[in-house]
Amino acid sequence: MSEQFEPVIVGFTCNWCSYRAADTAGTARVKYAPNVRLIRLMCSGRLDPTFVMKALAGGADGVLITGCHPGDCHYIDQNYKALRRFLLLRRTFTGLGIEPGRIKLIWASAAEGMRLAHEITQFVEEIRTLGPLNWPKWNEQPIEVEALDEAVKETA
Amino acid sequence: MSDKPKFAMYWAASCGGCEIAVLNIHEKILDVDANFDVVFWPVAMDAKYKDVEEMEDGSILLTLFNGSMRNQENEKIAHLLRRKSKILVSFGSCATEGCIPGLANLFPVSEIFDVAYHTASTDNPDNIHPVPSFEVPEGTLTIPIMNPTVKTLAQVVDVDYFMPGCPPESHQIAAVVDLVIQVLQGKAQLPPKGSVIGAGQSTVCDECPRTRNVKLIKAFHRIQEVAPLDPALCILEQGVPCNGPATRSGCMARCPQAGAQCIGCYGPAEGVVDYGARLITAFASIIDAREPAEIESILDGIPDPTGQFYRFNLADSLLRAGRSNWDKDGH
Repeated sequence: MSEQFEPVIVGFTCNWCSYRAADTAGTARVKYAPNVRLIRLMCSGRLDPTFVMKALAGGADGVLITGCHPGDCHYIDQNYKALRRFLLLRRTFTGLGIEPGRIKLIWASAAEGMRLAHEITQFVEEIRTLGPLNWPKWNEQPIEVEALDEAVKETA
Repeated sequence: MSDKPKFAMYWAASCGGCEIAVLNIHEKILDVDANFDVVFWPVAMDAKYKDVEEMEDGSILLTLFNGSMRNQENEKIAHLLRRKSKILVSFGSCATEGCIPGLANLFPVSEIFDVAYHTASTDNPDNIHPVPSFEVPEGTLTIPIMNPTVKTLAQVVDVDYFMPGCPPESHQIAAVVDLVIQVLQGKAQLPPKGSVIGAGQSTVCDECPRTRNVKLIKAFHRIQEVAPLDPALCILEQGVPCNGPATRSGCMARCPQAGAQCIGCYGPAEGVVDYGARLITAFASIIDAREPAEIESILDGIPDPTGQFYRFNLADSLLRAGRSNWDKDGH
């Protein structure tokens, strides 16, 4: 019998809400699927679509973007920007043959640890249904870390 | 044989526009002739691959290499010219980022052959299609094998300099020729290896004379649907998708100055890792809507986002190809 496919998911969280929601879930000992690798950003508006491309090119099966509920952004309205990037990314994915369901946007306030855990577990199951993405490691060359550092500096 | 430094130019998968651009440097081409011995340039003179093979390694001072890596012949000559050249320049968009040939990476090779040889638009009653090798009484005939995925020059060999553009602007080529001649005369230094030459460091917007205000748009339009386009106002601000914000400067914003949107032929601006991702950021920032349904209806104005964002850069992007290009079971 073959082993069950365990999706690799990269999750981007906002420092002010969803990262704390994950923290809340942890403190409350809420169990959720361990497939998501959370990365904390200061805001969902900080999410450069490059990060999403890099995650998929580097072997992720799905990408989770989380942010404050509409109207609640710590930086006034950057989560709307994240929403627009997400919708445009999803359309671009379709053209590249990537199922739009491999990217998901969830709004979660700091108090919603339980809900975030539930959403994460559900997303993992959705990706499990879609199966592995297995993007080729072109040339087996690692993506130049220097260039990415530059990008981070530039967009910081 | 003259003792002048040797110059070569080659085309792999390309259209020939780069060669035209080189000839478009007008009387400067005489400087090339005065300072260089042109040893290999298939489009301009007769020369055989075996002539190049017989040259000493490193004996060509400067090779301008245009065209992407579509087949095994392209790759073979890339390796050959790398070995024979001191300075190998990835010349033009095809060599540097895949360009239009790179869009083939959205499809499997089988589908490309199918369209070329077997669709209704092709008159091919005998069902002839190319095979890599064929036996004839005189021996075996071979043609180069197609690569499944188009690659850039730098994905195949070590490249010294990159010169973007589809094609590179002639005034930029002239400047680079001048620089190399000055280096030969000991009056200038070569830039660090890996540099982008013959282009700017900033974006097309930086060179564009159009007025920019606060960009907030409610709809995207195709350029022919906006008539007349305001000649003085930012094209993106008028709702026409313009790739200027992510594209490297160096062309003097030629298209926007002529009343057309930038389509991104100069490739990613300095520091941009993934050209399409940068454009997604730029376009998402200027949409004046907060409700998903309204945003979606505005995005309907970009009918082909993949083509819009990766027209020139797909082969050099982080994902490099569409899934159906490499995944036989893909979608």
